[in-house]
Amino acid sequence: MAKLDSKVPAGNVQDKWTDHKFNMKLVNPANKRKYDVIVIGAGLAGASAAATMGELGYNVKLFTYHDSGRRAHSIAAQGGINAAKNYQNDGDSVYRLFYDTVKGGDFRAREANVHRLAEVSNSIIDQCVAQGVPFARDYGGLLDNRSFGGAQVSRTFYARGQTGQQLLLGAISALNRQIGLGNVKEYTRREMLEVVVVDDHARGVIVRNLVTGEVERHSAHAVVLATGGYSNVFFLSTNAMNCNGTAAWRSHKQGAYMANPCFTQIHPTCLPVHGEGQSKLALMSESLRNDGRIWVSKKKDDKRHANDIPEDERDYYLERKYPSFGNLTPRDIASRSAKEACDSGRGVNGGEAVNLDFKHAIERLGKNVIEERYGNLFEMYETITGKNPYKEPMNIYPAPHYTMGGLWVDYNLMSTIPGLFVLGEANFSDHGANRLGASALMQGLADGYFVIPYTIGNYLADNKDPLMSTDKEEFVQAEKRVTDHVEKLLAIKGTRTVDDFHKKLGRIMWNKVGMARNEKGLKEAISEISQLREEFWKDVNVIGSAGTLNQCLERAGRVADYLELGELMAKDALDRKESCGGHFRTEYQTEDGEAKRNDEEYAYVAAWEFKDTGNWELHKEDLEFENVKLSQRSYK
Amino acid sequence: MSWLLESLNSSIGKKILMAVTGISLILFLVGHLSGNMALFANDGGKSFNAYAEFLHHLPGLMVIEIILASVFLLHILNALRLWVENKKARPVKYAVNASSKNSTIFSRTMVQTGSIILIFLIVHLKNFWYEYVILKSNDNLFEIVVETFKDPVYSGLYILAMILLGFHLNHGFQSAFQTFGWNHKKYTPFINFLGAIYSIAMAVGFASMPIYFLFFYGGN
Amino acid sequence: MSDVKLKLKLKIWRQPGSDAVGKLVDYDVEVSPDDSFLEMLDQINESLEKNNQEPIVFESDCREGICGACGLVINGQPHGPVPRITTCQLHMRHFKNGDTIYVEPFRAKAFPVLKDLLVDRTPLDKILQVGGFVSINTGGVPDANEIPIAKDVAAQSFDAAACIGCGACVASCKNASAMLFVSAKVSQYALLPQGQPERQRRVEAMVKAMDEQGFGSCTNTYACEAECPKGISISNIARLNRDFFSAKLKSKNVS
Repeated sequence: MAKLDSKVPAGNVQDKWTDHKFNMKLVNPANKRKYDVIVIGAGLAGASAAATMGELGYNVKLFTYHDSGRRAHSIAAQGGINAAKNYQNDGDSVYRLFYDTVKGGDFRAREANVHRLAEVSNSIIDQCVAQGVPFARDYGGLLDNRSFGGAQVSRTFYARGQTGQQLLLGAISALNRQIGLGNVKEYTRREMLEVVVVDDHARGVIVRNLVTGEVERHSAHAVVLATGGYSNVFFLSTNAMNCNGTAAWRSHKQGAYMANPCFTQIHPTCLPVHGEGQSKLALMSESLRNDGRIWVSKKKDDKRHANDIPEDERDYYLERKYPSFGNLTPRDIASRSAKEACDSGRGVNGGEAVNLDFKHAIERLGKNVIEERYGNLFEMYETITGKNPYKEPMNIYPAPHYTMGGLWVDYNLMSTIPGLFVLGEANFSDHGANRLGASALMQGLADGYFVIPYTIGNYLADNKDPLMSTDKEEFVQAEKRVTDHVEKLLAIKGTRTVDDFHKKLGRIMWNKVGMARNEKGLKEAISEISQLREEFWKDVNVIGSAGTLNQCLERAGRVADYLELGELMAKDALDRKESCGGHFRTEYQTEDGEAKRNDEEYAYVAAWEFKDTGNWELHKEDLEFENVKLSQRSYK
Repeated sequence: MSWLLESLNSSIGKKILMAVTGISLILFLVGHLSGNMALFANDGGKSFNAYAEFLHHLPGLMVIEIILASVFLLHILNALRLWVENKKARPVKYAVNASSKNSTIFSRTMVQTGSIILIFLIVHLKNFWYEYVILKSNDNLFEIVVETFKDPVYSGLYILAMILLGFHLNHGFQSAFQTFGWNHKKYTPFINFLGAIYSIAMAVGFASMPIYFLFFYGGN
Repeated sequence: MSDVKLKLKLKIWRQPGSDAVGKLVDYDVEVSPDDSFLEMLDQINESLEKNNQEPIVFESDCREGICGACGLVINGQPHGPVPRITTCQLHMRHFKNGDTIYVEPFRAKAFPVLKDLLVDRTPLDKILQVGGFVSINTGGVPDANEIPIAKDVAAQSFDAAACIGCGACVASCKNASAMLFVSAKVSQYALLPQGQPERQRRVEAMVKAMDEQGFGSCTNTYACEAECPKGISISNIARLNRDFFSAKLKSKNVS
């Protein structure tokens, strides 16, 4: 257990970060240029970290598998970013944001980290405004806020429905400046496939140039992963096509522990699957639940068109079950209720979709008001489905959206491999078992702008060895692992496509490691996944060669990793015999079907150490709640 | 002055050069057409010839001619240079061209209409300026005009050229404003409208001369 | 959910590498009208892979119209026939049974084809790297509400900042000009107080970089605006022209 030291500083939660910043070692400005830092990923966390470290004077090498950092999936975040500015004078404070986040995460996050997140949240807004991010404003010219689920104050800053885009472009602008100045060197279309560990320290990476197929070695004093989440393990998710868990997973296999992998967030308002050919699930903003009413037919297998089902034959199940929160229950509850309704055969057409109906809102407020509030979303819905939501209810269904789990990190954001730091969604993060809306952007930018620039200096000050030659044996070995893996994939020449395996895995994950889990299903999932993995390595057909632009090979490598990660997710879910946040075990629920936590036995972070394929050792980091009182969430 | 040359050599500098010369030519055409209205005086060419004489003996005519010629040359040469450079910016063409779905024919054919207008200009200069000013083959310019427009082929081509001039001007007029950066929600629609009126007026105005002499001028 | 499938003939550009010769290859497909255009390509690829043939390389990521990764020229139009959407948002219900569809990569000297339908759009980033930013470091900035900005000015700046960098403006322009892209970034900052200190330097540097990357010149055909999936206005180009002109006259940069 010695390895799992969270390094949380002593003292009051309010003072920890301030004290820690003072106590950390600094690197002299003139010496910073002697350090090379590798950053993997150019989303919010990666871009902000690379830019800020470049500003400080470190030599930064930034890697992204895209052609440009601006393509990273942070760009797709719609709603907004939380900060404790209290501009609305409605009683917000750093402490309240901290409290809400810990509670919203169902008490499975580290208090000290969350408090730091809340502390730096205000600086993020200042920073972004100074960069020229065009946030929404009121007529007086000052910043506007909206409210979001899980909070009773209005603390979300937004830029129409494209907040993620504007924040990412802001971070990318800072990054571009550093690239232009020569402080950051950008390597585009490179996928990280190995971390190089020398004497137990991360000292470099192996990447594949996705255009030429060349495998390259890069050396550095520290490696920063900001590679996002792994929701694509479900095949269908709201994540982008290229989002993947490979960089994190390959690091995990070199010694970085994976924490709480089973904590995944299923977003309630996504578009349902329309057919076999579907490639991803589109997210509709949660704000629709403010005026839309969710219902299914009272009858099973009802094939009537929604408009033909009379009022008294409709079941507004959220309003019925949760009279005080109604359609605005938190994401996990709304998602699970939709699943229950559809599992009982009462979904739209007896399938997997529920109605989100604006008829009453239109009658009450008028079409104009609804158009003003949701016009762009209605348009988007019609673009995708060809159906007019002003005239018939939308069809929605939950979809995998965000992964709270990720690589375990200490208070300094360093993984169990010294010198390997993990930021943003890629780490197991500050969201516990459930992330609140508008908190992902906050965390990514907090890590990148305001945490890693301090904590990496503290590490580097103690690790002054000169830059390592990439001819070193460990680099050679790491490169060999990559080329062997690639060659092995190409040599199988089986009969089934990569996507075929990915879809099968997704099906297992969705059915058995999805919104509701139980012991039987999880055990089945574990054996089915390991069987599927075996089939994959015997029968997958990866077309083309290694020395060229080969998207089939890229996908194959990622799916190979999912086939291991998926098993660990099931294992972790099986091991956590309680329900909390996004992790719902049907065996552990209250009489009225709510998640039942077991704080006595499970108030810990489950950090898994990789032994060999299909074999892990569990380490526990106990969570202590000194400030927030553990309580049962209730939304009745 | 290297900064000035560099500025004018930049992509936007070249546009500005097109716009400045274009607007100058737009103004020139207004003057040219107004003067030529004397052709319709129905006085056997007296007014028109007097106007021609007046212009011919204008002090500093040489300077004005050189400036006008330079403006034309700058407009033409700069356009050709842009055309060559812009061709190079897309070495491989699309198999399907759907430009009619996203832009007006006027805007896409500036080089083509411009080239035809250039050919017209050369013929035009030869027929009138060269004959009257250089060769001095006839000191009655009105007669030259009448003779020239009697040829239905020439007149037909002249009218066609004027229609294309209208096309060219229709894009050129509003384009110049855009290049100067004068795009405004309130005024741009008005400028576009004015441009359309102007280009129709020029095309109709100039084309009315061959039509008049071909069909309505009995001759004395 | 329509059960009637569309039978289509596709002519898709295949090119094994940047230096290789490419050609249009015919594919016959049957596809559900509910599928998106890219999902149709996914299905073609799936069947190619099953037949041991190399799948068609094309780029896409978020598939919800915001990352700017996708971009195909469909029957001569970047992002296809439906205005204001990206390729990934185009659904097959906009096509008729029996249609022939040409699928080509974005074409410009500055966007070389790397393989099949995938092109290199990094020249756009090269332009941003010389001036597409406000020169401030992390930390030490004023409180966010110390810089009041009129609501409509912020909205106008947002309209320009909504650019997704897909390059459809370049692809649609008969001159392969990047003016709409550059003008959007220049305008975003030119409209905001934060962008004023570097306003002249920014526009001079970005236009210079744009010219160096081999894009053509703008001739005001406005095809870019018509094809832009985010509806970026050509009034931004006017602002760019104005700012450039004024910067060149006013700045003391004589080199």
